[in-house]
Amino acid sequence: MELDPLLLSRIQFAFVVSFHAIFPVFTIGLASYIALLEGLFFKTNNPAWERLAKFWTQVFAVVFGMGVVSGIVMSFQFGTNWSNFSYATANFLGPVLSYEVITAFFLEAGFLGVMLFGRNKVPKGLHLFAACMVALGTFISAFWILSANSLMQTPAGLELRGELYHVASWAEALFTASFFYRFWHMVIASFLTGGFVVAGVSAWFLLKGREVEANKKALSMTLWLLLIIAPSQLLIGDYHGLSTLEHQPTKVAAMEGNWERGTGVPLILFAIPDQENEKNHFEIKIPKLASLILTHDFDGELPGLLDVPAEERPPVFIVFWAFRIMVGLGVLMIGFAFAGLFLRAGGRFASSPWFLKGLVAMSVSPFIAVVAGWFVTEVGRAPWLVYGLMTHAEGLTPSLTGGMALFTLIGYILVYAVIFSAGVYYLMRVFQAGIEATDDDKEVESDHAKRPLSAAHVPLEQGDKA
Amino acid sequence: MNAPVFDLTLIWVGIIGFGLVMYVILDGFDLGQGILYPFAPDEQARDVMMNSVAPVWDANETWLVLGGAGLLAAFPLVYTVFLPALYIGVFLMLAALIFRGVAFEFRFKANKSRYLWNWAFAGGSFIATFAQGAVVGTYIQGFETENFRYVGGALDWLTPFTVFTGIGLVVGYALLGSTWLILKSEGYIQDWAYKITPRLLVAVLVIFGIVGIWSPMIDDFLKDRWFSGVTLLWVLPLITLFFAGWIYRAVKKRQEGYPFVATLGLFVSTFVALVFSKWPYVVPPNYTFWDAASAHESQLFLLLGLLFVIPFVLMYSAWSYWVFRGKVKAGEGYH
Repeated sequence: MELDPLLLSRIQFAFVVSFHAIFPVFTIGLASYIALLEGLFFKTNNPAWERLAKFWTQVFAVVFGMGVVSGIVMSFQFGTNWSNFSYATANFLGPVLSYEVITAFFLEAGFLGVMLFGRNKVPKGLHLFAACMVALGTFISAFWILSANSLMQTPAGLELRGELYHVASWAEALFTASFFYRFWHMVIASFLTGGFVVAGVSAWFLLKGREVEANKKALSMTLWLLLIIAPSQLLIGDYHGLSTLEHQPTKVAAMEGNWERGTGVPLILFAIPDQENEKNHFEIKIPKLASLILTHDFDGELPGLLDVPAEERPPVFIVFWAFRIMVGLGVLMIGFAFAGLFLRAGGRFASSPWFLKGLVAMSVSPFIAVVAGWFVTEVGRAPWLVYGLMTHAEGLTPSLTGGMALFTLIGYILVYAVIFSAGVYYLMRVFQAGIEATDDDKEVESDHAKRPLSAAHVPLEQGDKA
Repeated sequence: MNAPVFDLTLIWVGIIGFGLVMYVILDGFDLGQGILYPFAPDEQARDVMMNSVAPVWDANETWLVLGGAGLLAAFPLVYTVFLPALYIGVFLMLAALIFRGVAFEFRFKANKSRYLWNWAFAGGSFIATFAQGAVVGTYIQGFETENFRYVGGALDWLTPFTVFTGIGLVVGYALLGSTWLILKSEGYIQDWAYKITPRLLVAVLVIFGIVGIWSPMIDDFLKDRWFSGVTLLWVLPLITLFFAGWIYRAVKKRQEGYPFVATLGLFVSTFVALVFSKWPYVVPPNYTFWDAASAHESQLFLLLGLLFVIPFVLMYSAWSYWVFRGKVKAGEGYH
C-alpha cells in the first residue's frame, strides 16, 4: 500500500490537536470557576470556598502544565506538515499565533505564579485579582486561536498578491463571519467542561462520604451554573449552525446527512452514510424537522451534498456521526442539569446514588463532545484547508513523504501516550488525596521548583510520602 | 501599495536574534545539567543539579515557542523551509524536550520510579541539544530550495558535518551547564564542576576549531567571506579565544561567577561570528532576510504587542533569577 502523506498528515494533525485541545478547554472553564470561588471567599470569608479554591487550583496547575507541554508541538506542526499553507497565510497566521503565545507568556510571567504560590504571601485582594487575570488570559488566548480558525472557515479581509495572502483589513480578518458564534460556542463548551468535571468529582467525594459539607456546596453551586449554561449552549449552537448554513452549506448537508437539495427536509436520527453511492442506509428520520431547525420553517429549503462535485464533499460518515455524538451528549448534559433541579427538594441531589454515579460518568462527556464538535467543523470543511481558497492537498509540505509522516505520527502517539498516562494517573492521585490534603500547608521538597505542577503536593506513587 | 516608511525587517532581525541568543544561553545551561547528569558523582548531586534549574527551565524554554511563532510572523520563509527540511530532527527535538519537561515535573514526586525520570531527563537533554546543533550545521550547509520551497530529501540535514556540529553543541551546553553549576553549588559538587570545566573547555575549543576549518571547505560563500582578504571578522575568533582564556583563569582562581559569565561571552561571540559568516542570507544559499520577511503591516502588527510585552517578561525573568539567587544546597531546594 502506498503511504499517503496527505492522509497521514491529516490524521497526525487531528490526533495532536485533539489531544492538546482537551487541556485548554478544561483550563479555560476551571480558571473562571476558581476566580468565582476566590471571589466568594473574598466576599463571605467562608473558609469552605477557600478550601475548594485551593483544591481546584492544584488540579488547574496539573492540567495547565500538560496543556503547555502538548502545546509546544502545535506551534511547529504548521511548518513541518503544512508548510505551503503556512507560507501562503503567514502574514495573517504568524502574528495571530504569536499573539496567542505572548498572551500565554505574559500570563505565566506574572499572574499565574501569584495565583499558584502567592496565597499566603500577597494580600487577599491581590490574590483574587491574579485569579481573575488568569481567567481573563485564558479567554484572550482562546480569542486568537479561534480567530485564526474562523479565518480558515470563513475567510475575509485577505488579498492575494502573487502566491501570498496579505492582510487588507485586520478588523475583517480577525472578526470573520463565523468568529463570534465559534468563540462563544467554545467558551460555553469550556464552562460545561469545567462544570461537569467539578460536578463529577464532587459527586465522587459525596459517594465516598468525604468532605460532605464542602462538596455539597460545590455541587449545588455547579448544578445551578449548569442549569444556565447547558441550555445556552443549545441556543448558541443553533445560531452557529445557521451561520454555517449561510457560509458553508456543504458542511451542514454533511452534518444532516442530506444528499439532495430540497424543501421540508427530515431530521435523520440514525443512518449509515455511503459516500460512494451518494445515499444513506438504514435511515430513521423525523419528517420536516431539519428544515424547521435550520430555517425555522417546516418547508424551508436546505442544501444537499449533491450540490457540489464529489471531490468537494467532506467525509460524510465522520461529520454526520461526530455531530450526533456532540448533540446527543449536549442533550444528556441538559437532562442532568434539570434532574439536578428536580432533586433539589430535600437535598437529594447530594445523596441520590444513581444521580451521583451518573454525574461521575458525565465528567468525561464534555471532552468527548468538544473533540466531536471540532471534528464536525474541521472535517466538515474538507477538502478545504482555507474554505474556498486552498485545499488540504495544496497546503501540504511539498517535500513530505508518506514514510516521514508515518514515522512522526507513530512517534507522537507514543510520546503522548506516555505523558498522557503519567498526567492522568497523577491527576487521579490529586483527586484521591482530595480537599483534605490542601489543609496541610507544610513545605515539601517538590515545592522548591516553582512550576505549575509544584502547586500540587501529591506524591506520584501510591503509598509514598513525599 | 505605498512603500513602507520604515524598514522593520532589520528590527525583526534584531528581535529574533535576541530571542535566539536568550534561548541558547538560558535553555543551554539547563539542558547542560541533563547532559552532565549521567556523569554526576552521586544521586544527591543530581538533586542539586536539577534543583539548580527547576525554577527557571520552563521560562527558558518559552523563548523557543516564542521564537517558533515569531519566525512564522516575521520570517515565514525560514519557518516553512527549516521545518520541512529538518522534519525528523524537529520531531526528535520536540519529543526529547517533552520527555525532559515531564521528568522535571515527576522526578521529585517519584521514589521508586526515580531512575526512569533520571534517564528521561538525561536522554531528552542530549537528543534535544544534538538536534539543535544539527540545525546550526544545516544552516551552514544550506538548503535545497526552488521557488521558495524546500525540495530536498528527508535526511539531507544528517551529514557528517551536522553530526559533528550536533555533538559540538552537546559539549558546548555541557560547558554552560558546568559553569552554571559552579555558580549554584558548593562543596564536593562544586569541586566536581571545577574539575570538569577545563576539560569541557578544551573540547569546545577543539570542536570550534574543526568547525572553523570544515565550514569553508563545504561552503564557498563562507570561504569568500573569511578568506578573500583582510576583514574585520577576524576579530571575532580572537574575542572567542579571549573569553576561553577568561574561563580558564577564573576556574584556576576558583572564582564562582566569572566562569559562567565568560561562557556566555564565548557563546555570544560565536553566534555573532556565525551570523556574519552568512549575512544577509537566512535560508542559504538562495534567500536573504529580506526575501524571507513577511509583509510590512504584519511585522508592524506584531511588533506593537511585542514592545508592550517584552519589558514585562524581562522584568519578571530578572526578578525570578533574583529570588532564586544564591547556592542550591544538598538535601534541600532553594529558598
